[in-house]
Amino acid sequence: MSAHVVPIRVYMRVFAALMVLFVLTVAIAFVDFQHLLPFTGAAIINDIVALLIAFSKAALVILFFMHVRYSSRLTWLFAIAGAVWLAILLALTLSDYFTRHWLT
Amino acid sequence: MSLAPLSLHKPNYLSVSNTLRSWLLTTDHKRIAILFLISITFFFFIGGFAAVLMRLELMTPHADVVDKEAYNRLFTIHGVVLIFFFLVPSIPGVLGNFLIPIMIGARDMAFPRLNLASWYLYLIGGIIVLTSILIGGADTGWTFYTPYSSVYSNSAVFTMAVGVFVAGFSSILTGLNFIVTTHTMRAPGMTWFRLPLFIWSHYATALIMILGTPVLAIAVLMVAVERMGVGIFDPALGGDPILFQHLFWFYSHPAVYIMVLPAFGVISELVTCFSRKRIFGYTFVAAASLAIAVLGFLVWGHHMFVSGQSAYASMVFSIISFTIAVPSGIKVLNWTATIYKGRVWLTTPMLYAFGFIGLFTIGGVTGLFLAAMAIDVHVHDTYFVIAHFHYIMVGGTVMAYLGGIHFWWPKMTGRMYPEGWAVFSAILIFVGFNLTFFPQFLVGYLGMPRRYHIYPEEYQALNILSTAGASILGIGYLFPFTYLLWSLRRGPRAESNPWDAAGLEWQTTSPPPTFNFEKTPIVTQEAYAYELVSQEDDLPGRPNPTEGEIPVLDAPPQEDQP
Ligand SMILES: [Cu+2]
Repeated sequence: MSAHVVPIRVYMRVFAALMVLFVLTVAIAFVDFQHLLPFTGAAIINDIVALLIAFSKAALVILFFMHVRYSSRLTWLFAIAGAVWLAILLALTLSDYFTRHWLT
Repeated sequence: MSLAPLSLHKPNYLSVSNTLRSWLLTTDHKRIAILFLISITFFFFIGGFAAVLMRLELMTPHADVVDKEAYNRLFTIHGVVLIFFFLVPSIPGVLGNFLIPIMIGARDMAFPRLNLASWYLYLIGGIIVLTSILIGGADTGWTFYTPYSSVYSNSAVFTMAVGVFVAGFSSILTGLNFIVTTHTMRAPGMTWFRLPLFIWSHYATALIMILGTPVLAIAVLMVAVERMGVGIFDPALGGDPILFQHLFWFYSHPAVYIMVLPAFGVISELVTCFSRKRIFGYTFVAAASLAIAVLGFLVWGHHMFVSGQSAYASMVFSIISFTIAVPSGIKVLNWTATIYKGRVWLTTPMLYAFGFIGLFTIGGVTGLFLAAMAIDVHVHDTYFVIAHFHYIMVGGTVMAYLGGIHFWWPKMTGRMYPEGWAVFSAILIFVGFNLTFFPQFLVGYLGMPRRYHIYPEEYQALNILSTAGASILGIGYLFPFTYLLWSLRRGPRAESNPWDAAGLEWQTTSPPPTFNFEKTPIVTQEAYAYELVSQEDDLPGRPNPTEGEIPVLDAPPQEDQP
C-alpha cells in the first residue's frame, strides 16, 4: 500500500516513448501494405500494426503512469481483469460481425 | 442472549446529531444508507405511478387514458426510473451500505467520502432524469435503441441518457468501495470463508458494476458523438445500429445480476436465520455468485436473436445462456436444502424469502424458454418477456429487498415493525404480484406485443386480471411504507438481536453506534453457527425439531469395508 516514489527520469522516458509511438502511428497510417505486399488481404497488416502500437501505448500508461508495475499482485489481477473483459466485449461482438455473411 | 434494554445514554448513529448538515455531509455508511433508502423510495413511487397509469390504460383495448405518444413516455419513465434509480441501487445502496462494514467488523467503508459522492451522483442523475421527464420525456423505452435515440429522436432522450450516464458513475463508485472494503477492512479472524454470503454476493455485484457500467457510459457517449455527425450507429454514415445493442446489452444483461445477486445475498441470510441452520453448501453458494458474475458477461446476445445478429453468434449466446442456469440452480437448491429439516420460523422476512424462491424460479425457468432461439422468435417482444423479467426483478429483487428491509429494520432504526400488518401485506403483495404478471405469460404467449397502448379485443380478459392484480400489488406496497414510517415513532424498541441471529451485525446495539462496535470484534466462527445458537434457547412460534433427525444430516452412514 505504501506509495512508491518513481524518479522523474522514468516518467520522462515513458513520455518520450509514447511520443515516438505516436509519430509511428501516424507514419504507418501513410504506408499502404496492400500495395507493398504481393498477397491479397495484406491491408489488414495496417490494422494489426496500428492496434499493436495502441496496445503498447496503453500498457506503458497502465504500468508506469498508473503505477501498476509497482503494485501488489491483487492490483495486477484487477488490471488484467479489465483487459480480459475488454477482450470479451470485442471477441463476442466480432463473433457477430465475422459470421453474418456465412448464412446467405 | 442479552435482553438488556437499549442503552439510552450512549449515542447511536441516528441520535448523535440531527441537523440537516449532519445528514447531507455525513460520511457514516449507515447514514448514507438511510439517504439511499429515502431517495430510492421516492423513485420507486415515481416509477410505480407510471405503471399504474399504464395498467389503467391497458384495462380496455382502446386508448382511454393516454394516447400513444404519452404511453411511449410512460413505459420509458417506468423502465428508466425503476431500473437505474430503484433496482440497481436498491439492495446495494441501502442494505449493502448499511451492512457490509458491520458484517465484516469494520468501522466504515474503505472510502467514506467516495461513498457520499456516490449518493450525490445518484441524486444528480435522478434530478437530470426528472428534468428530462418534465421537458417532454423520452419515447425510446429504457433500452435507448438506435436509431430511436439518435437519428429519429424526437423527445428529451438525450437528457435522460445523460441522467443514466451520471447515475452509472454512482454505481461504479459503490462497486469500487465494496471491493476495497471487503479486501482491506475485515476484522481479525474474519477470513474469506467466514464471510456472510451477503458479502460474497455483494462482492460479485461490485465486480459487475465496475466491469460493466463503463461500457454503458461509452455507449451513451457514442450516441452523443454520433449526434455531432460521426458515423457509429447510423448506416447512412457507415455505422451499424446493432452495434449499439451489443454495447448496451454487454452492460444491461449483467445489470440483471447487479439487481438480483444482492437479492441472493439477502435470501441466504434470511433462510439460514429462520431455519436455524447452517447454509447448505456454503462454498458452492459463494462460488455460484462469482460464476454468475463472470458468465453473466457472455450471454448478452440472447436479447438480439431477431435483430439481424448472425445466427452463429446467436447459437453461441444461446448455449452460454443455458449454462448460467447452473449456478442459479445451485443457489435455489441449496436454499431449499437449508430449509429442509430446519426449524422454520414463519416471520415476515421468511415469508418474503419463500416468495422469492418460488417466483425467482419461475422467472429463471421462463428465462430458459427465452434463451432457446426458436421459442424466442415466437415470443420476442411480447408480454411473455415482460412477465419473465418482472418475475425476476419484482418477484425476485423487490421481494428480497422488502424481506431484507423487514429483517434489518430493527437494526437500522432500533424499532420493531408490526408483525401482523407485515404478514398481511406480504401475503397481499404475493397475491397481487402473481395476479398481475401470471396472466401476462398467457397473453404474451398468445401473441400480444409489448409497448402498445391498444390491443385486439380477445386479449382483454387477461389484461383485466393483470390490472386487478396491479391494484392489489400497488395497495400492498403502500402498507409497508405506512407501517414502517409509523414504527419509527410508535414501534416497540428493538433488542440488539431480536431474531436470535448469528451474524456479526447482531452483536452490536440496535441501532449501532457511529463506529459500529465498542471495540473491534475478534471473529472466531462463521456467520451461520445456528446449531450452536439454537440449542441454548427456544423462541416463541418456532416448532421443536424431532429429536434424532438432525444427526442424520451431520453424519452420513459409514460404509462397511469388506
Ligand atoms: Cu439477458
